[in-house]
Parts: sequence; C-alpha cells; structure tokens
Amino acid sequence: MKKFETFTGIVCPLDRSNVDTDAIIPKQFLKSIKRSGFGPNLFDEWRYLDHGEPGMDNGKRPLNEDFVLNDPRYQGAGILLGRKNFGCGSSREHAPWALEDYGFRVIIAPSFADIFFNNCFKNGILPIVFQEEIIDNLFAAAGGDKPLEIAVDLEAQQLKIAEDGVIPFEVDAFRKHCLLNGLDDIGLTLQHVDAIKTYEARRRQEAPWLFG
Amino acid sequence: MTNKTLYDKLWDSHVVRYDESDTALLYIDRQLVHEVTSPQAFEGLRIAGRKPWRVEANLATPDHNVPTTSRPNGIADISDPIARIQVETLNANCEEFGLTEFTMNDIRQGIVHVVGPEQGATLPGMTVVCGDSHTSTHGAMGALAFGIGTSEVEHALATQCLIQKKSKSMLISVDGKTAPGVTAKDIVLAVIGEIGTAGGTGYAIEFGGQAIRDLSIEGRLTVCNMAIEAGARAGFVAVDEKTIDYVKGRPYAPEGETLEQAIANWQTLHSDEGAEFDRVVNIDASEIKPQVTWGTSPEMVVSVDTQVPDPDRVDDPVKAEGMRRALDYMGLEAGTPVSEIDVDKVFIGSCTNSRIEDMREAAKVAKGRRVADNIKLALVVPGSGLVKQQAGAEGLDKIFIDAGFEWREPGCSMCLAMNADRLEPGERCASTSNRNFEGRQGQGGRTHLVSPAMAAAAAIAGYFVDVRDF
Repeated sequence: MKKFETFTGIVCPLDRSNVDTDAIIPKQFLKSIKRSGFGPNLFDEWRYLDHGEPGMDNGKRPLNEDFVLNDPRYQGAGILLGRKNFGCGSSREHAPWALEDYGFRVIIAPSFADIFFNNCFKNGILPIVFQEEIIDNLFAAAGGDKPLEIAVDLEAQQLKIAEDGVIPFEVDAFRKHCLLNGLDDIGLTLQHVDAIKTYEARRRQEAPWLFG
Repeated sequence: MTNKTLYDKLWDSHVVRYDESDTALLYIDRQLVHEVTSPQAFEGLRIAGRKPWRVEANLATPDHNVPTTSRPNGIADISDPIARIQVETLNANCEEFGLTEFTMNDIRQGIVHVVGPEQGATLPGMTVVCGDSHTSTHGAMGALAFGIGTSEVEHALATQCLIQKKSKSMLISVDGKTAPGVTAKDIVLAVIGEIGTAGGTGYAIEFGGQAIRDLSIEGRLTVCNMAIEAGARAGFVAVDEKTIDYVKGRPYAPEGETLEQAIANWQTLHSDEGAEFDRVVNIDASEIKPQVTWGTSPEMVVSVDTQVPDPDRVDDPVKAEGMRRALDYMGLEAGTPVSEIDVDKVFIGSCTNSRIEDMREAAKVAKGRRVADNIKLALVVPGSGLVKQQAGAEGLDKIFIDAGFEWREPGCSMCLAMNADRLEPGERCASTSNRNFEGRQGQGGRTHLVSPAMAAAAAIAGYFVDVRDF
C-alpha cells in the first residue's frame, strides 16, 4: 500500500449528503477485473452528460459543466469535501480505487459509511471526520473564487490552512500506523500465524460443526 | 459474570487476539464469493504467492452479472463480453485455488445471500463475510455477518481472519404485532425511516421484539438484509426454535451428534436478560403500514396511504435541499398521494425479496389477475435455482406467467442492473430490492422500494395501491 505522511492539495466541495458508492463509481464499471483505471469514470453519471460504458474514450464525452469536478477552480483537486454519510451503500472497493485513481488522497466529511471508511485506509486514502460546524466553514472557504489549499499532516494529525491556521483531527492509532508506514494488512496478520492456528485448534474441539 | 448481548457473544467467540489499541483479529468461519468483488483479491493472492488459508470455508457463485433470460449454454449465453470475462474469471479462480463454486447452470446457483442460508452454509454463531454490503442478511441466522471490500476479501482468503474494531451495539425492538398485509419489508423500511440511513453507522444492530420473533426466518433475512441501508454493517436476530428448525437437514448443516452439540450451543445465542446496549430504539409494530419509498435514499419512505412529503416543511436546510433534489430526480411533486403515482416497470427479486415466501406473497396477489396495460415489463427473478424449482413445483411460475409477468433465471438482475435488466431514463419502477439511489436500476431510472405483495399489486393496478385493500 502507498504510504501517507503529508499531502497538500486543493479542496473540491461536493455539497450533498448520502453520496453513495453507486454514484462514486456506477455498476457498469465494476465488470473490470483490475484495480486501476477507474478515475476517468469517477462520479460518471454526474460528471458527463451522456451514458458512460467501459471502453469509451472519456476525453470525447460531453461534460456536465454544473458538476463540481468540472469546475475550473477545482481542477487538480486532491482533497474531497463531502457531507454526512459519505460513501454509503455498496461495499465496492472500486469507489476508493476510483477516487484514488482520480487523484484524491484525502476525504473530509462529518460522517462516513463504515465499509467505505474502512476501504479508504486499505488504499492509501485518509478519511477525516469533523463536526458539522467545521465542515460548514470549509465549504464556505472552498466555495470562494480562490481555490482553498490545505496541507494535511498525518503524523501531527493536523490540517494546515494558510489563513485560518491549524485544525487538529482524530485518527485511529492502528490505521494511522499502517498508513504512515504503507503496511500491508495481510503481512501484519500473518505475523500471528501461531495465534490463528491455536484459535482454530481450540474451535475445532469446541465447535466442530464450523469445520464440517 | 456480566450479562452479554448477542453481539458480545458472537464477537468474543471469534477474537483470535487483540493488539494494544483494542483492534481485534477476528476469525471468519464462512466467506461467500461472487464474480464482481473477487477477481482483484485472487490476483493479489497470486502476486504474493499465497493460498487460501482454509479453502473449504469459502463458497462461490456468480450472481451480479449473470443474465436472467434463458441460458442453456451457461457462460456462452452472457452477451456482454466484459461481464462474460468476469464470470469466466471466477470459474478460473475457483478452479485454480480449489474453492467450491455453484456455476451458472448448477441448480444451486443464485444470489449469494439466498444461497448461503438455503444450503445451511451460513449457520447460527458463525462469522460470515462477503464482498457485498448485503452480507448483513445472514445475521438472521443468529450469525455475525457483514460486508467487506475486496482488500478484505483477499485478507480473509489468505488468513481466515480480518482486522476489526468492535462496533457499538443497538437494539431495535419492534414491539407488538403487525397488522395483516404488513410484511418484513415494511418493518425494515419503517425502521430505516425512523432512524435514518446513517442511524446505524458505527453500530451492530440486534433486531428484537415480538414482531421480529413472529417473522419466519425468511422474513428475518429480509430485515437483516437492509441493516446496511440503516448504516449498520451487521444486523442479526437471536436464535430460536424457528432458526434451528430452518437449519436442520440442509446440505451444509451438521448432522447427528454434531447437530445435537451445535443446537446446545445455538440455544445460547441470544442477549442475556439485563444485557446493556449502547442504544435502544423501540418501534410499535401496530403502527406500521405498507411502505413505499418516494426518494433516492431508503430513508425517504412513507406509508402507502399518505403523500409525498414537502421539503418546505423541513427545518434543516441541507435535508430540505436533499429532498428537493430527490423530488426533481424522481419527477414527483410534494403533496402527491402515493396512490396516484403510476409505474412503468415492476421488479420482484434481489437478495432482499427473492425467496420462496416472497414468491408466494407476490403470486397470491397476482393469481387470476392481469398486469396492467401501462406496465412495460414485470419481472419475477427467483433468488436461486432451488427457489425457482420450488416455485415451479407449487405452480407459482404459471400464476406469474398467466398474469403477464416474466419468469426468469436466478441472479441479482435489476436490483443493480449490471446485466441487461434495467430501467431506461425516466422509467419508474416498483421494486422489491434494497436501494433507490440515483441510477441504481439504470441511469435516470426511478426506483420505489416496496414489499413483494405491494410490487405485485402495483403491477396489476399500474400504480401504487394499498395491498390491504387489494
């Protein structure tokens, strides 16, 4: 997994609640058997005016100029700002794959759906939760004529905003450790092979029907 | 000893170890695998030179991409070449790594969440995972079941474990009895309407109360299926005699002495008297009426005998704006009675409502009637080959076909429209599935979530009707 230490980027404000993973990456793109290449179809149904299918030349498709990702102010954005319950719905990891492939490394929202939140950490994306009040302020700041640039420091657990100073954020210690070091979860778990085998041997005795 | 919730019991019995930050390594008893979220996981194993830890703990079947039209030639009948490659890839991966797979023309093939309980492959007291958010379904068996991403599919394959933090616990107690015509689907939609789509975020939900105990196992599967639509990764119901009777005799269920031993264990799978939950929600079952969603989130739901709500009467500006956007997408005006909403297509199926009891409920309404002229397509898609076979044995197929419904092959179908079954832009659907998100059933499609009986009634009438008067 990609390490995450610090990241500086422009904030793209996506002002709607309950953004679901179907919207982040629609179902027709889930037929791929790869992990990469989903970026051009991120938010496909909101981003383009036509119907997208795999294999299309996305550069030639008509853009929905009203969608925030197509706003000239937010070109090259690396931080996505959302509203409550971001990433709800389907467990598809294609959603963080698409966000990451597009260039988002940080997502900020007042709340996230559990599965999506978890999937982000597996893909070098840092999801950050703030109270509604801070989120409202960030939306106001990001919606101005000048793009809002934020520096994220995971080690220090801080957002640095030029004019407003520093905002601290919370992150789970284990997940922080994994992100900072780019650790592979499977590799970590396999350090505990003996514990897994011991557990399994005990359960085979206690609950043999689980191993039938 | 403290009094434990069912969640505590399921969790504690699967912890392999804790680390310093209270993150657990949780043992997984069963993993279900389908074609969409597994190819990258198998690829990961291949690249790392890893093998499945306990291959027999996995069970695979293709469901999302399979066509529901006649498919005597199996994979060759998948017309979309990209979808075909994905199903072929599942077959190749299962063969290479040694997983049991119910392939396309196996009578046992179907939607993973229908197949698992049907086969007795998901048992009380198990931890069950799948790369699909509706894995919460299996919690109806008294199991801890939750959806995971593809990285975790690979993790579970490679280690038989997942790195997890314990959630908070919530009891949703649906007290008293439901009125006739009110089904499991209506109960869970009413619950979501009450607590919201993020109400269960961070929680594992135990569904309890008389109305839940009164449900059949299939009804409980419907309720737990939609726990994720309330934000909870896992939803479950305590084991009772119905659970045990349901499991007995199924192909993967234990037998003989092992069964007796299992039953003794299963009978402990309920929350202890006095166990404490982080949150308790009480819902009066007698007040629940048949439900219809009007918007683009499952929490946007009302009773069939009311109207589409008015965002101008909502104080929260963000919520009101979301409602306006939903009304615009759905092509609806605030104040419209639900019973005046015309329908274009009807879908009866999905991991929520494609079991034999769902087929029976819908057939009861359809029997001796005809689908209305304005309905362009009324699809019935059984959840598995075995459900289809059983429905055929009971003559339900004939009832549907005589009424003008199409009777299809099993799969996820128009719940997410990965295959050819979909809505065209602007089309309105009465659907027994679980998500009414924008574009879910086809770009620009408009989904109203309802019970199987309500969907069948809408097909016959051509618009939403109260099935209690039908």
